[in-house]
Amino acid sequence: MPDTKLQPLQARWLGRVPYQEALAVQEDMVLRRKAGEIPDQLILLEHPHVVTLGTSSRAEHLLLSPDEMEAKGIQLFRVGRGGDVTYHGPGQLVGYPILSLAPDRKDLHGYLRDLESVLLCTLEDFGIMAERRKGLTGVWSDQGKVAAIGVRVSSGWITSHGFALNVDPALSFFSTIVPCGIQDRAVTSMSRILGRALSLQEVCPAILRCFGAVFRRELFVV
Amino acid sequence: MARIEVPMPQMGESIAEGTVSRWLKQVGETVQRDEPLLEISTDKVDAEIPSPAGGTLVEILVEEGATVEVGTVVAYVDPEATGVSAPPQEAPEELPETGPSPAPEPGKVEEQAPAPPSTAPPPAMAPPAETPPEPEEPADSAEDRLRARSTPVVRKIAEEHGIDLAEVPGTGHAGRVTKQDVLGYLEEREGEAETAPSAAPTETRPQPVSPPASHAAPTIEPQLPSAAPSDLWNRFYSQVQHPEFPVRPPDRVETMDKIRRLTAEHMVVAKRVAPHVHSFIEVDFTRIDQVRGANRIQWSRQGTKVSYTAFVVWACSRVLREFPQVNGTVSGNNLIYRGNVNVGVAVDLDPGLIVPVIHDADELSLLGIGKRIVDLAERARSRRLIPDEIQGATFSITNPGVLGTVVGMPIIPKGTSAILGTGAIEKRVVVVEDPSSGTDALAIRKRSFFSLGYDHRIVDGADAARFLARLKELLETFPEDA
Repeated sequence: MPDTKLQPLQARWLGRVPYQEALAVQEDMVLRRKAGEIPDQLILLEHPHVVTLGTSSRAEHLLLSPDEMEAKGIQLFRVGRGGDVTYHGPGQLVGYPILSLAPDRKDLHGYLRDLESVLLCTLEDFGIMAERRKGLTGVWSDQGKVAAIGVRVSSGWITSHGFALNVDPALSFFSTIVPCGIQDRAVTSMSRILGRALSLQEVCPAILRCFGAVFRRELFVV
Repeated sequence: MARIEVPMPQMGESIAEGTVSRWLKQVGETVQRDEPLLEISTDKVDAEIPSPAGGTLVEILVEEGATVEVGTVVAYVDPEATGVSAPPQEAPEELPETGPSPAPEPGKVEEQAPAPPSTAPPPAMAPPAETPPEPEEPADSAEDRLRARSTPVVRKIAEEHGIDLAEVPGTGHAGRVTKQDVLGYLEEREGEAETAPSAAPTETRPQPVSPPASHAAPTIEPQLPSAAPSDLWNRFYSQVQHPEFPVRPPDRVETMDKIRRLTAEHMVVAKRVAPHVHSFIEVDFTRIDQVRGANRIQWSRQGTKVSYTAFVVWACSRVLREFPQVNGTVSGNNLIYRGNVNVGVAVDLDPGLIVPVIHDADELSLLGIGKRIVDLAERARSRRLIPDEIQGATFSITNPGVLGTVVGMPIIPKGTSAILGTGAIEKRVVVVEDPSSGTDALAIRKRSFFSLGYDHRIVDGADAARFLARLKELLETFPEDA
């Protein structure tokens, strides 16, 4: 093995964090990463019920009015990441990598594919067969979409936003939107596929391992 | 005055285009070097694009929501307008106005954004502070020169179609071969192809651009038709966007496969460009049945069948020689009258459709045409056609009647001026004149409605009427020795 020193990556589990707070954390980390004050980061957390609209969102992909959303306890945000409408909520493992893609990973689509690799690798750890679908960024099983991706790359090639893996969310909440604007039949979850309950804590180690392997980073859990 | 181009950057090997999602600065605002200037989106990524230089944003060429090819200049920054400037290290040399595209009209630029074909490989998207752009490598080997002259997208297209980039004249920055160049070259090489899925460049086609294309057509005037006959088509192809609709729970949604997608684009574009008119005539098949009856045994000894379609192709190919405008096309401000009569015959693949072409049909006998049709249709169904056999049609025939449809109004394939649709051949009661007594009588005759769809820019209604009348006459008095 050639002696290549892996870049460090700090990973942290933040628990259940309101969407807006997580947004502020990301913005702060993007600036600090850009300034070189911190190494690459991987933030793992879950959100309370929230629906976010990406920059390419279409209004008709929201199936409820803002009032109806509020009545269901769902917050609504418009955010600066790629992609369409997304739901986040308890039981979904959300990952926000704050990475510098420079100098060797400066490829936007390549980054999406790498995130998919991380998710596919994680699912494989649980014996779940999943796949990419051409033109439909995300990770799919034959029962539907298991993980969604939407990212932002700030100037200087610093990433934010990221992926949302459906570990064991209440799938009924997805019916309030057309996820990612893809009017396909189903969103599914790891626990639905496996037929058993699953906690985020069970999945985190696999995500970390796969993330480190795909992005070739040395992980430090902080 | 050195205005600095801000190109749509190449943000990854597979990325051919990007959508301007937001301008972070407005015209007249100052911007620092490396300060985010705009946001683009591609697939599920939004990315900030830093300004290549400090100065004033003096012109925005691409509106929010528009999708443009990598390398397209989206804005100009003028470093001298404020004196804020950093030395414009990255300033590309002034780009001479090359190629046939008309200079953008002031005040209208954002609408068409005809993207002067400056698809030079953009400066690497690196924030220059960290990684100063590498000077272009001296191109010593031929391969290096070609690489330096083209973007990955262009190389990919060239590779897919077996094009030697050295043969493609480059109109881009410093003589680089742009995507437009290679597509134009490809189209020129392949002639006016029919719906030829295998011949179409893959992946690079669908580039939704927000301004509706409808008024783009009349203003684009390729002044050098021989140099860029396909320019217009490329522009239109790059602007097909299919609106989306809500899906209800029991519905099923599938992504279009490649053939469907290309067909869909071709149909939209063909219909959008050519003002379609359809005229109809009814043709009596009595005489054709006589000829078939008289020759059937002889033909079967020769091991072939001569279908009704063969009769129609034979007759059309003869009549087309008399009506050059029906065997031509509008090309820019020119009319092209084709020197050959190549008749495309639509073959239903269920699903899908392909249009094999009978080249020089006017030089083939009826039997020869019959054999060609059997051969082409068979190989079309087993997907064994070679590219030449689906390209170069100068006229097309489609047969909606094969399943009983009485009359169809087909869409004219691009690069041609007309298409004939043959309706079901049915026994109908008609009034005929009894030749012995001169009185009218009812008779049972096999008849079919033919529809001619034609491009009203080149074919007048009277031309179409004459063409149909002549075709009817020829079919109803079909010669013995065709």
